[in-house]
Amino acid sequence: MAQRPTGVKSNEASASPARFRSKHLLAIGDLNRFEAEQLLDRAETFEPMLEQKIKKLDTLRGRTLINLFFENSTRTQSSFELAGKRMGADVVNMSVKSSSVAKGETLIDTAATLNAMRPDLLVVRHGSSGAAELLARKVDCAVINAGDGKHEHPTQALLDAFTIRRRLGQVEGLNIAICGDVLHSRVARSNVALLNILGANVRLIGPPTLMPPGAERWGAHVHHNMRDGLKDADVVMMLRVQRERMDGGFFPSAREFFWFYGLDEDKLKHAKPGALVMHPGPMNRGVEIDSVVADDPNVSLIETQVRMGVAVRMAVLEALAEPGSNQETR
Amino acid sequence: MTTKPTLIKNAKLIDPAKNKVEDGAILFADTILDVGAISSAPDGAEIIDADGHHIAPGLIDMRVTIGEPGAEHKETFKSAGRAAAAGGVTTMVMTPNTSPVIDDQSLVDFVLRRGVDRSGGVHILPAAALTKHLDGELMTEIGLMAEAGAVLFSNGDKPILSSRVLRRALSYATAFGVLVANRPEDPFLAEGGVMHGGELAARLGLPGIPDIAESIMAERDLTLAEVTGGRLLLDMISAARTLPALKRAKEKGVKAVASVNVHHLVLNENDVDGYRSFAKLSPPLRGEDDRRALVDAVATGLIDVIVSGHNPQPAEEKRLPYEEAAFGAVGLETLLAGALTLHHKGDASLSTLIRAMTLKPAEILNLPQGRLSKGAPADVILIDVGAPFKLDSDKLKSKSNNSPFDGKLLQGVVKRTFIAGKTAFTA
Repeated sequence: MAQRPTGVKSNEASASPARFRSKHLLAIGDLNRFEAEQLLDRAETFEPMLEQKIKKLDTLRGRTLINLFFENSTRTQSSFELAGKRMGADVVNMSVKSSSVAKGETLIDTAATLNAMRPDLLVVRHGSSGAAELLARKVDCAVINAGDGKHEHPTQALLDAFTIRRRLGQVEGLNIAICGDVLHSRVARSNVALLNILGANVRLIGPPTLMPPGAERWGAHVHHNMRDGLKDADVVMMLRVQRERMDGGFFPSAREFFWFYGLDEDKLKHAKPGALVMHPGPMNRGVEIDSVVADDPNVSLIETQVRMGVAVRMAVLEALAEPGSNQETR
Repeated sequence: MTTKPTLIKNAKLIDPAKNKVEDGAILFADTILDVGAISSAPDGAEIIDADGHHIAPGLIDMRVTIGEPGAEHKETFKSAGRAAAAGGVTTMVMTPNTSPVIDDQSLVDFVLRRGVDRSGGVHILPAAALTKHLDGELMTEIGLMAEAGAVLFSNGDKPILSSRVLRRALSYATAFGVLVANRPEDPFLAEGGVMHGGELAARLGLPGIPDIAESIMAERDLTLAEVTGGRLLLDMISAARTLPALKRAKEKGVKAVASVNVHHLVLNENDVDGYRSFAKLSPPLRGEDDRRALVDAVATGLIDVIVSGHNPQPAEEKRLPYEEAAFGAVGLETLLAGALTLHHKGDASLSTLIRAMTLKPAEILNLPQGRLSKGAPADVILIDVGAPFKLDSDKLKSKSNNSPFDGKLLQGVVKRTFIAGKTAFTA
């Protein structure tokens, strides 16, 4: 596998679009280190453009991107929509109310209908793990997983890595703590995978009931005491905790969760001085994160993450829109 | 104010960390200053001649039900403290099945502050509820209550029926290293039962609680402790059938411990004969084979802890037709004498028995008490191990007097109880 040291930004690489072996981006496992770095390099060239008055390229002119969202997501959907439009593609948004019965069947029917419209790129968000992969088998175009159940959310991980790299120069060798409800988090799964590919030291922090069995075999150290887990951390990634997990008995109350696993100034002091804080949003203030930390521009990268999302997704769309670029298909 | 030093000389010392009883003396103020051969006492010390009687650490009773708050007619901190000191119990772990249930950090704090205020110095440590309102469904704020001072988490007399809830609770508790207790009894198998489900129950025409009601749930609990890595207390086991699973689990390194109610070491189902509602306990007194197996398990250390299972019930709850009477017996004042029965019969050594009521619970609960070593808190009892007496339950200091030992001959009298070096009881 081709490898290149992280953080070294070759002009040649950043000048050319990223190319993937895989036809789709369904999980971080579809990427190797070279591809991931090439993609981040490419996003690097798009990022300054987003500050310009005219923010549009014509790379994807005449191409069609369909946003197929079975779950509501303002942030991810608008990020993909903007990315598509800025690359010059025609973007169609489809919000599908997920029917509770015969989901699999509906999804395949939907796939056939969409396929008949001959899109070039299909971005899908679905509440069931594996839905993106099922769809990818049924359509001819490239499929980008924008979050499937409790499985993966690869573009979130890419934008997180991109945000870290822009701020700290490189990802390799950093101590990165991912905290909260790891068990139900697709963001955590994608991040652990990508950060490992990029050479970071990953820790997972959370109560034992919200830690997946065998998480230590993912290439991460598992901590149940947040202060211990944060020791020497360069970056702290907080995950969203959903209230229904409390009623499901995974933890007893929001106040207990905040006391032991909520990121506040005191706990953050156990990380490396100047450690940075991230959150994929939307935040539960006072449950997993204290507003004092979330809103501190010196430590919080939360807004930056949103901005970086568009640049990273532009690079992803570009890489997958080129049918000739893929040497192999899944 | 500093505590006046006390020297007890000419004593037999039962140090639960050792396997023998040694002649010697003990010097203490609020902590133990010296143990062994002590030649002189500091000025102003009270000197007591033990006259060859035994010294042991104050007993730690890991299972005491007190009616306060909510059922003060059964027992209060004050009456429980009085009974405990008379029984040589210097630390009580109080069950959370009060009204309100101890399922919130403020109630844990209430028990800690109010308890010691009223108990005459006897330490009252709260066991907090494992599930909210003891409903067996949603776990409580285990972390916050552990920080507030709850020493273990239990669902009182109600077993956790849902395997998922117990699994999550055991797993969650590992983050804080706390002990989770469950009373193993399958409520479906035990439903309606009022005594051991055996031949005698059939003859008496009483619905029985089979031993498998306990062993089946205990095996489930041990499996859950194994997979979660959680610390489990099998609370008051009664059946021989439960023991092999406990032994296997311990050999595998599962973090499980077990307790037994002292009544189950001394009495059996025959004590129920004649429809004696005062011998109606939960779990029920079982067959003689079960009792013998429990005694052996205490002697070998397979069962870690002996508890009183103190459960005060007023006469109006007990003096009823057997089937309608309440479960439970008081035990604070008979824990020691009951356990010493095993010593007098030659079934278990004195140090083993004392260890199961002092050092073992102290280790399980991370308490500094329960030791006869320099620096340990001076919770110390002076006992006449051989002194015989006939229990008159009307003379018990507890507010309720429901004891199945009533009228029985027992041996072992507490002569004096010291808590943090101060006298809490003198016979």
